[in-house]
Amino acid sequence: MSALLEIDDLHVRLPRGADREEALAGVTLSLVPGEILCVVGESGSGKSMLANAIMRLLPAGVEATRGRISLGGRDLLRMSEAEMRRVRGAAIGMIFQEPMTALNPLRRAGDQVAEMFRVHTDFSTRQIRERVLALFAEVRLPDPEAALQAYAHELSGGQRQRVMIAMALALQPAILIADEPTTALDVTTQARILDLIRDIQRRRGMAILFITHDFGVVAEIADRVVVMRAGELVEEGAADRVLNQPQAPYTRALIAAVPPLLPRPPRQAGGAPILSLVGVSKTYRSGGLFSRRLRRVTHAVREVSLDLPKGTTLGIVGESGSGKSTLARCIVRLLDPDGGNILLGDTDLAALSRRAMRRQSRRVQMVFQDPFASLNPRRRAGELVAQGPMLHGMKRDAALAKARDLFALVGLDPSAVDRFPHEFSGGQRQRIGLARALALEPDVLIADEPVSALDVSVQAQVLALLDELRDRLGLSMLFITHDLRVAAKVCDRIAVMKDGALIEVGATADVFRAPQHDYTRALLDAVPGRDWSRRRESAILSAIPAAIPAG
Amino acid sequence: MNILLLALRRLAASLPTLLIILAGLFLLLQLAPGDTVDALMAQIGGGDPATAKELRHYYGLDISALSQLARYFLRLIEFDLGQSAIYGKPVASVIAERLPVTLLLMSTSLCLAFAGGTALGILAARNIDRWPDTLISTVGLIFYSTPSFWFGLMGIVLFAITFGWLPAGGFEEVGSGLTGLARVIDIAHHLVLPVVTLALIFLATYLRIMRASMLEVRGLDFVRTARAKGLGETAIVIRHALRNALLPMVTLVGLQAGTMLGGSVVVESVFALPGLGRLAYESVVQRDLNTLLGIVFVSALLVIAVNFIVDLVYGQLDPRIAAGR
Repeated sequence: MSALLEIDDLHVRLPRGADREEALAGVTLSLVPGEILCVVGESGSGKSMLANAIMRLLPAGVEATRGRISLGGRDLLRMSEAEMRRVRGAAIGMIFQEPMTALNPLRRAGDQVAEMFRVHTDFSTRQIRERVLALFAEVRLPDPEAALQAYAHELSGGQRQRVMIAMALALQPAILIADEPTTALDVTTQARILDLIRDIQRRRGMAILFITHDFGVVAEIADRVVVMRAGELVEEGAADRVLNQPQAPYTRALIAAVPPLLPRPPRQAGGAPILSLVGVSKTYRSGGLFSRRLRRVTHAVREVSLDLPKGTTLGIVGESGSGKSTLARCIVRLLDPDGGNILLGDTDLAALSRRAMRRQSRRVQMVFQDPFASLNPRRRAGELVAQGPMLHGMKRDAALAKARDLFALVGLDPSAVDRFPHEFSGGQRQRIGLARALALEPDVLIADEPVSALDVSVQAQVLALLDELRDRLGLSMLFITHDLRVAAKVCDRIAVMKDGALIEVGATADVFRAPQHDYTRALLDAVPGRDWSRRRESAILSAIPAAIPAG
Repeated sequence: MNILLLALRRLAASLPTLLIILAGLFLLLQLAPGDTVDALMAQIGGGDPATAKELRHYYGLDISALSQLARYFLRLIEFDLGQSAIYGKPVASVIAERLPVTLLLMSTSLCLAFAGGTALGILAARNIDRWPDTLISTVGLIFYSTPSFWFGLMGIVLFAITFGWLPAGGFEEVGSGLTGLARVIDIAHHLVLPVVTLALIFLATYLRIMRASMLEVRGLDFVRTARAKGLGETAIVIRHALRNALLPMVTLVGLQAGTMLGGSVVVESVFALPGLGRLAYESVVQRDLNTLLGIVFVSALLVIAVNFIVDLVYGQLDPRIAAGR
């Protein structure tokens, strides 16, 4: 079949001072009608630059220097701006990662979709309204009439993304570019949106260029896959072939880094619980001084009771808004719980005064999600780590020496203590965050989504480090995550939260094999690429006996 | 929610602030040596202590400061601002005579500054780092860093004295007997210089905020979405960026309402306008306590009103903020 879109030896130059000279260094690929081509790569691989280069929406200072992007025989790179505007939206539709910010917050959803018709066609207002309603029905928005009038903040994340898809489909473009369209969504919403994209693609016979970092999503949706690294194509092929018999070493490493959906063998869960939560609740109240009836009450955490046995890892799993982070914050008393007991050994943390809690704070430490925002950019990495022990009375020299030891422990160069946080990569920063938490030798470590901001290969390293440290130091850990693959890899037991309440707790293997609650089952079913993973796991399992030398 | 009810609620919420301001000012003025009677006696060329004592009794100044304050607040409950010692009239009517001038000066300046700042800010943001941007930013900086009275004086020298195009001061031609449209034109003619003088400084602030705000909005995701839809640059600015960029500008209007009142004192003095600002200055000099408190009370109400309107406008501009909350 002849190609719809052909990219030939495309070079895109980055501005001076960037970490490499070219964002894209000679990319050649083609998109044929009716296929979903997935572009996979880690951050910085140039995959989003590729999408923006096709749309000619490159940021200032970045420009395409060489090559061709031909659409129906015409080179997009050599079109005038006015011609290009007629291509955007009409011939190539695009959807983006962040559905919250991709819609104008001050204009109604219907109006924003209608704009597509107003710009590119001369339909009457009534015709436009009918078309928008039809589109909203096609993307399965629950109430198309209401969605016309809704503002972005009145829609859920999944609904916003449906509006974005409706907008991109409005003029029946032959090509849809989807730049990480499900990355910001919850796993169950992601499954529904992927389903919708696949369905629409089949019905309309469009070609989709689907950009993602997630091999699970690739397994769900791709017909063909292109793997990118540092602006170059590493591997290209049919989805089935690339996923199951990757040729390039880089692809193999990437796929190997994807945590399998295989629960880890549980460690013996013996010993008394080191941390016990009894009926912990946190409620938010909002409302004015004068208007009692407008007061709103949100139960962020409702009556959660949990035990963390010493030396084990308990995963708390849930989607956004389930209250898992609020619970973590209550335990370290970054938030004050409204009710319940938080027993650390014999101490009830929930009952302590702020001053007393500060003395106890060394016993529970937290690792935060965002390695970029959670380190003070003006302090040296070593000082950040040494700060905790110094606050608890250690001499400065001793604390800094300890920081060096900790750097070695978490796999960083001890001489890097004098550097500033921005001089480290994301994975290294998360190691600093871990060293900072470990510096106080806590009884319990609470990790709030510690790897969800990291690329999959870095994620694998950090998870391996956590595992190793736990075995070596006998750490007890509360591990909060939305990602069931990650949970399967590190957690001995799993607790599932929904709307602030705990709905299921059990050994990881049990929860995975025989989920008790419908919601847990839905979560497990929504993990992207689960079928692919199952096949891969059975391959791994069957390969193990063969690897043991006979005799 | 009913707007009137909302306004009353807002007023009720700002009552404590209002009382603290009035009490603070009252006590502060007690610290300054001399009172209304001293100022009056000095004006009529001195007098005997008996007269002074009689006057003090007449004006209610012979009781303790706290009793005076209590008496003032009691009268305020009946919306009685008291008598002006210097003008010999109720404070309310003295203020009512002066208020329209200040309101006119302030509102026209505000509109000019807001409109000019918005337009120039957009222009600068669209041509960032090219000559229109550099020119606008430089001129803005000059406006911003020059004292307003100097602008006023230079304006008078240039346009009133050298060219003779505009009157040097005053609100209207006194005794000309103009009515209707002719009077409106006369007042407008008189107000050109004061309005431009007051507007220039604020224009510079608005211009800088608008430029920064446009640049920020231009980098947001929904502007990229608009580009991906095939919209042209002008359409993007008008349909998507402008309204979002206006939000901080509207906030600034509320914040600057008080500052503008202060700025009008200077401008009214330079151009000899019979406004509230000059009245405030005169009553400080003459220790006319009641008038001064009345002015503070009215200005505070004015600032509260402006902020209330700003909140309503904000609610209209941004659906995420329901004004009725």
